[in-house]
Amino acid sequence: MFALGLIGLLVRRNLLFILMAIEVMLNAAGLAFVSAGARWGQADGQVMFLFILTVAAAEVAVGLALLLRLYHRFHSLDVDAASEMRG
Amino acid sequence: MFHLLWLVPTIPFAGAALLMIFGPRMAHRTAAFMGCCSIGISAVISMLIAWQFLHQPPAGGGYTQHLWTWMSVANFHLGISFYLDALSLIFMLVVTFVSFFIHVYSSEYMRGDEGFSRFFAYMNLFVASMIVLVLGSNLLLLYLGWEGVGACSYLLIGFWYTDPKNGLAAQKAFITTRVGDTAMAVGLYLLFQQLGTLNIQSLMQAAQHQWPQGSIYATAAGLLLLGGACGKSAQLPLQTWLPDAMAGPTPTSALIHAATMVTAGVYLIARTHVLFALSPTAQLAVAVVGAATLIAAGFAALVQDDIKRILAYSTVSQIGYMFLGLGVGAWTAAIFHFMTHAFFKALLFLASGMVITSMHHEQNIFKMGGLRKELPLAYWAFVIGGCSLAGLPLVTAGFYSKGLILWGALSSPVGSATLWFFGVIGVLMTSLYTFRLIFITFHGPCHHKPSQKTGWLMGVPVIVLMTLSVVGGFVELPSYLGNHPWFTNFLQSALPATAEGHAALSELGAEGIVVLAFFLGLGAAWFFFLQRRELSESMAESGLGRALHRWWYTDWGMDWLYDRLFVRPVGWFSRANKKDAVDLIYTGTAAVTRSGWSSLRLTETGRVRWYATALVVGTVIFVLIVALL
Amino acid sequence: MEAIFYIAAIVAVLATVLTVTRLNPVHALLYLTVSLLAVAVVFYTLGAPFMAALEVVIYAGAIMVLFVFVVMLLNLGRHTVDLERSWLSPGAFVGPAILAAILVGEVSYLLARSGTLTPPVAEVGPHQVALALYGPYLLGVELASFLLLGALVGAYHVGSRRAQGRTTVGSRSDRTGLASGGDLVRTGADRPSGAA
Repeated sequence: MFALGLIGLLVRRNLLFILMAIEVMLNAAGLAFVSAGARWGQADGQVMFLFILTVAAAEVAVGLALLLRLYHRFHSLDVDAASEMRG
Repeated sequence: MFHLLWLVPTIPFAGAALLMIFGPRMAHRTAAFMGCCSIGISAVISMLIAWQFLHQPPAGGGYTQHLWTWMSVANFHLGISFYLDALSLIFMLVVTFVSFFIHVYSSEYMRGDEGFSRFFAYMNLFVASMIVLVLGSNLLLLYLGWEGVGACSYLLIGFWYTDPKNGLAAQKAFITTRVGDTAMAVGLYLLFQQLGTLNIQSLMQAAQHQWPQGSIYATAAGLLLLGGACGKSAQLPLQTWLPDAMAGPTPTSALIHAATMVTAGVYLIARTHVLFALSPTAQLAVAVVGAATLIAAGFAALVQDDIKRILAYSTVSQIGYMFLGLGVGAWTAAIFHFMTHAFFKALLFLASGMVITSMHHEQNIFKMGGLRKELPLAYWAFVIGGCSLAGLPLVTAGFYSKGLILWGALSSPVGSATLWFFGVIGVLMTSLYTFRLIFITFHGPCHHKPSQKTGWLMGVPVIVLMTLSVVGGFVELPSYLGNHPWFTNFLQSALPATAEGHAALSELGAEGIVVLAFFLGLGAAWFFFLQRRELSESMAESGLGRALHRWWYTDWGMDWLYDRLFVRPVGWFSRANKKDAVDLIYTGTAAVTRSGWSSLRLTETGRVRWYATALVVGTVIFVLIVALL
Repeated sequence: MEAIFYIAAIVAVLATVLTVTRLNPVHALLYLTVSLLAVAVVFYTLGAPFMAALEVVIYAGAIMVLFVFVVMLLNLGRHTVDLERSWLSPGAFVGPAILAAILVGEVSYLLARSGTLTPPVAEVGPHQVALALYGPYLLGVELASFLLLGALVGAYHVGSRRAQGRTTVGSRSDRTGLASGGDLVRTGADRPSGAA
């Protein structure tokens, strides 16, 4: 699932999909934690999942706000269109 | 009275500070009053201290006034403290009194100059520094004063800074003396490293106890200090700055470059005489430097045409006598000559200042002539000062002091007949160039009518110094004239007496030869420059004469030599190294960084997905590396 | 019990694949929701019922609602109704519905057999999680609260820029105010391009 999210992140150009892919990746990481916690019968894995949940919530809030700004500026959700930097 | 000692440097220093801050807004009269008063008060206090010193000498011959601790690091303690003994008392008295008269003189000489208050500020600062130099109880405080007078000298030589020539002369003086100062600083490090203190008195005791006679350290320290003294006192081979230093105002030349500052080297050597007594090599070096300088400067003075340059070379030559005296162990004689020299040389400079003022700042003696009737005071000042300089027997101060030095050179166990002979040649040269100056300037046909008359503010100091130039010698009468060595006795507490060895001649006989040399010089000057002027001119015109003239005129080509030896190679090197080889390292670093930047900036595309890909690839590579290792 | 775990896992992977490959954001969101719900079931089977509940409430609930809000915000205008209609066409519901139905079946089976099934691993309940959270991880909890506060303020700040009237929603042709700079994505344009 992590790999799927990663591929989504790399392949899609729509910012909304990228954010979703990130959610998937975070979720995958959380799943890994919970599985590991279950394997050893420890609560730590679930605690970590809680933290990941917090991070995901914060990230999605800021990310969506940025998405709105991007859309108002460029009228598209294509992240490559937002590239005006000339290195 | 001794507790007032700290006031002696403080008052001129305060005067300088006030003049620097408020000077530009002061009336000239106020500035002059302030400048003279601060030195005057200082002179009066010195006199009071001297009075008490004569009547109630402090225990052990020296009085130390500790003001505050300057620095204290580990076992290195230095205080701001003054040490007064007979030697520093003589210097302090001469410095304050001569300075006072020169200040009074300058208040008229500098009238109307736009830098009037600046001049007095510098002069006051100079006096303060000089007194710190003389009174400093440790060598570092002495060094502080030493550098202080050097800075004032620089400021005053370049006083009329709008003329670039004066600025160059000031720089030359500063840089040349810096060469000597560096040697002296190294000497101080050596002394501290070896003996663990810089306090002069304990240093001298430690040197006496720890170093054997002829010790290598004593020689090294002595030679390094001699280097510093040579720079400050314009001795061979660092004498080239003094004639150029005449670019400053004449009172400056009188005070700094004749009477006081240039004798700081003499003071330094007399102060550290123990080191030189321990090392025959260093002492011989002092004597040889002195003898060589007095001859070389004598010849150079003979062909100059600028009135102030002649006096400058004569100063160099007379300090050569002092060094000769120090070098043969005739310590008191050297100090005695310092005192009389301060009187008559200040007198000569002040008188030349009168002449220059009257001649609309003309300094070439060949454009003067016949001024005897027009400027009687200057003429008599020159006659008395010149006689004293050349050593007219019995009535002038210079005769006694120079005679004492020459007798020391002949009779002391360190001295020799050769040194004495050089000294006698020097007497001949001195009297020759002195009377050449007087005859050409004041006798003969009159070329220009002098215009301005000088006022009493300039006249009084000249008269006082005239008197001192005559009576100043009577404080020390040699054995054949009643034997009243008051001066030597006074200095006994600070300096050892001149050791008497056996001499080839009796004192009277030796003195007779010196007198003969004097009259020979006088006669020759009279013959060549007054009676048969054309004879000397034709001599100068002949091939050999012209070559010698040129050679001596440029001070034996020393400037040329230094130009070739130091200035040009350094200039060549700096031109060749314009791109700065060392800098290549830094510019190279910058170039590498820049190329790295321009290649890295290609990755800055602004594409988020590109960044994400790079992140993933980097992470994968990192994980792979970690996994494989 | 293990069968339920594997079925839920397959559903989760399938839904994720479909999420990533959808072209329509609303469809993708539907699949993503299903994927999250599947993960919740997986959590339950792994002996973490509390996490499963949180997954449903926060991920599938709150975060997905945010996404839906944003998608709706971006598409105000005359086409909105048509777009809604096309997005929510019955055909789009088929895939998610099937996957969701599988999950519902699993859950109902679990509910029916509740108490009789033994989980393959020891259950770690909310009690232990809470003890760990407020014991050794207290500092982490504080930091997480700071993070949430920061995100709140940051999202408010970034999102409220349009209140300053620099750009207006839906004005597609108006790009005159764009060059004024200051936006995060545009800062690069202020750099002189020929800096070398």
